[in-house]
Amino acid sequence: MKSFENIDAKSVKEAVGLLSKFHQQKKLAAVVGGGSEFLQLMKDHVVEPDYVINLKTIPGLDYIREERGGFRIGALAKLADIEEHAAIRDKLLILAAAAGDAASPQIRNAGTIAGNLCQRPFCWYFRSSNFTCLRKGGQSCFTVTGDGRFHAILGAGPSYIVHPSDTAPALVALGAQIKIAGPAGEKNIPLEKFFLLPSVDYRRENILNPGEIVTEIFVPMPKAGSKGFHHKLRERQAWDHAIVAVDTIVESSGGVVRNAHVVMGGVAPIPWRATKAEEFLRGKKLDEASAKQAGELALEGAKPLKDNVYKIKLAQELIQRGLLASV
Amino acid sequence: MSKPMTRHADVQTIPVSFTLNGRLQEIDVEPNELLLDMVRDRLGLTGAKRSCDVQVCGACTLLVDGRPVSACTTLAFEVRGRSVMTIEGLADDGKLHPLQEAFIEHGGFQCGFCTPGMLLASKALLDENPNPTEAELKHFMHGNICRCTGYKKIVESIMAAAKKMRA
Ligand SMILES: Cc1cc2nc3c(=O)[nH]c(=O)nc-3n(C[C@H](O)[C@H](O)[C@H](O)COP(=O)(O)OP(=O)(O)OC[C@H]3O[C@@H](n4cnc5c(N)ncnc54)[C@H](O)[C@@H]3O)c2cc1C
Ligand code: FES
Ligand code: FES
Repeated sequence: MKSFENIDAKSVKEAVGLLSKFHQQKKLAAVVGGGSEFLQLMKDHVVEPDYVINLKTIPGLDYIREERGGFRIGALAKLADIEEHAAIRDKLLILAAAAGDAASPQIRNAGTIAGNLCQRPFCWYFRSSNFTCLRKGGQSCFTVTGDGRFHAILGAGPSYIVHPSDTAPALVALGAQIKIAGPAGEKNIPLEKFFLLPSVDYRRENILNPGEIVTEIFVPMPKAGSKGFHHKLRERQAWDHAIVAVDTIVESSGGVVRNAHVVMGGVAPIPWRATKAEEFLRGKKLDEASAKQAGELALEGAKPLKDNVYKIKLAQELIQRGLLASV
Repeated sequence: MSKPMTRHADVQTIPVSFTLNGRLQEIDVEPNELLLDMVRDRLGLTGAKRSCDVQVCGACTLLVDGRPVSACTTLAFEVRGRSVMTIEGLADDGKLHPLQEAFIEHGGFQCGFCTPGMLLASKALLDENPNPTEAELKHFMHGNICRCTGYKKIVESIMAAAKKMRA
């Protein structure tokens, strides 16, 4: 690993100021939370910053607070703490389950929620210093002619990464907001709008501009009468990334859907909201037939690569199961 | 985190003061020094192994403030002010931990390469949850891989140790 200078940030303001200053000076700098993802990229020589701004030294940014309207989760809250938080398990079970499904216990003890949402893709071409892929300034996405068995079937092109975060689809299903601090101050946006499709920008996965950092996630309390479902399919039982993950929140009464959020992980470069399925479900009675149709609508327009056609059926089936378990 | 950082020539060094297996340890590290290298190469504690080097096998597991982390991908200075346990610290004054005894009794290892990580991860589990179900145990040990694939005996060993520790 290349040498770098570590700077212990003492406040969000200082971190933002340093990031902006280094950016203006055209010096390579980055912020890290747990470092569990970033350090791997540095060890593999994929990124080689001169300055690393350590956010963990900012006091009090790892809170998990329950308020009347929802939960406030500080950027530095660890995945393990979210997984184990009694009130989150009680009221936002899909978030606790998704956090507990991410990576390994070792990584969840280091990894923060902000780092989980801002992590770079786990595509083998992106992660290997032997490939200069599109996302790293090269000419092509190697999955198209190479091995894309774990890659995107929806919303992709010209890059076919899948967003690696397990918490992101759960948080989008829950309608979470993300707070961003930057040189111009703070802003709150729906988490759904945080992620970027490769057709908009294939060099980054989210809207963060130079000098901006994530400071908080707000998760509104699910409405009365709503039920959630989270399931992550992987190739094996030990830690692994999602082949397909489904997170749903269904608000219903007497088996009739008032409002449904259906979000998929592992299938697209962003957490993928199945809006057509959601619209279809509104006012419908949830049964085998409507759940099946919702699953099919969710995958309408899927464009698999040669190696990942199997994901379509898996996703349809999982959505169907999720919806049936949600009433 | 008590002392300010100093710079020697061009390379930054960071003073690290932490508790290692119950004793105060002070050492200066460079920012890109890995916890595993510090512990193995500079402090001579070679129980933790480097295997995958990419946080997928658990052979390098150490406990930091009682929680398992992958030392192969943790920066050494991250342990400032914290408490680190390596496998060398698991036995108490030469007396084996019940987990170590159970691994011997139930054949919880073959080549032994994954064992230090298995023992520390399972210690963390039992400290938190003295009576885990097998499903809870497996969830907690997802990050520890045994290439001799002796999982059955590993699970048996940990369950036996848990039972003994509860008694
Ligand atoms: C082997 C392996 C398997 C994994 N499997 C999964 C999985 O199955 N599911 C899953 O969800 N994740 C998985 N991960 C990713 C893991 O969850 C992340 O490593 C972890 O959540 C990152 O958190 P961190 O705090 O360590 O981030 P860091 O490594 O510190 O940072 C990650 C990225 O986010 C940026 N960043 C960090 N904090 C902020 C902030 N506050 N504002 C702006 N940018 C920030 C950093 O600059 C960096 O680019 C895996 C990782 C590994 C190494
Ligand atoms: S060597 Fe660190 S997890 Fe494998
Ligand atoms: S005993 Fe050989 S790797 Fe586990």
